[in-house]
Amino acid sequence: MISVFLPSLFGGALIGLSAVMLLLLNGRIAGISGILGALVSGTGLAVNLAFVLGLMLGPLAYLSVFGQWPAVEIEAGWPLVVLAGLLVGFGTRMGSGCTSGHGVLGLARLSPRSIAAVATFLAAGILAVTALRAVAP
Amino acid sequence: MTHPLARPAAALASGLVFGFGLSLSGMLNPARVQSFLDVFGAWDPSLAFVLGGAVLVAFVGVQAMKRMKRPAFDDRFQLPANRRIDARLLLGSALFGLGWGLGGFCPGPAVASLSLGLPKIMIFVLAMLTGMILHDRVVRKR
Repeated sequence: MISVFLPSLFGGALIGLSAVMLLLLNGRIAGISGILGALVSGTGLAVNLAFVLGLMLGPLAYLSVFGQWPAVEIEAGWPLVVLAGLLVGFGTRMGSGCTSGHGVLGLARLSPRSIAAVATFLAAGILAVTALRAVAP
Repeated sequence: MTHPLARPAAALASGLVFGFGLSLSGMLNPARVQSFLDVFGAWDPSLAFVLGGAVLVAFVGVQAMKRMKRPAFDDRFQLPANRRIDARLLLGSALFGLGWGLGGFCPGPAVASLSLGLPKIMIFVLAMLTGMILHDRVVRKR
């Protein structure tokens, strides 16, 4: 049990540390959907590109430390992948945040908006997976 | 006077720690994310520890921020000013949650795992960026 939970806990703590770095150094919220949204609308290019580049280097750092890629198993077929992507992109823009902005920083700031957002996307995520499992168990 | 490269360098370092943390945590794996959301089936609660650990550390950082006049490399902290819980927030979060459950990806892990070079992840990220642009073109006022 512990061997499963500990990497998650440490990984989570590192995600928190990363958010704290961006907050205390640059004064910004580490919200991935916000950073991507700024990129597609062309604002704050250098800083946001640097963050995204670092983000993509993360799994490579993991590879060089542990000698293997982090596990990625995708169960969804192509149409579902496209639909999921559209929903995630549209929804995070409309709801002003995702698992990082609302989930990590929002909860840490005890923001009522973010608490409402997290409760909503968790409920919707549970609904989606429950529906998927009902259709194709 | 802040060095012009200070902010991009801080962002790069922060992104790297974020991506490594995601890789370590298991969040990069859509199958595990879906198992975490499968509370009525074969529920795997381990990813709750990711959010728990992240929020705990971020909470300490937020307390430190409250004692600082400004961030190290900028004039002021840029925090969301909107306090309203409105239909946009709830509908947007619901749509995001549905997509998160259907694919098992949220934005951070999707972008981080681009470096694995899997075609499905690239398609997901393209669709996600399309969804963002679609929203900004169609829905957003101004």
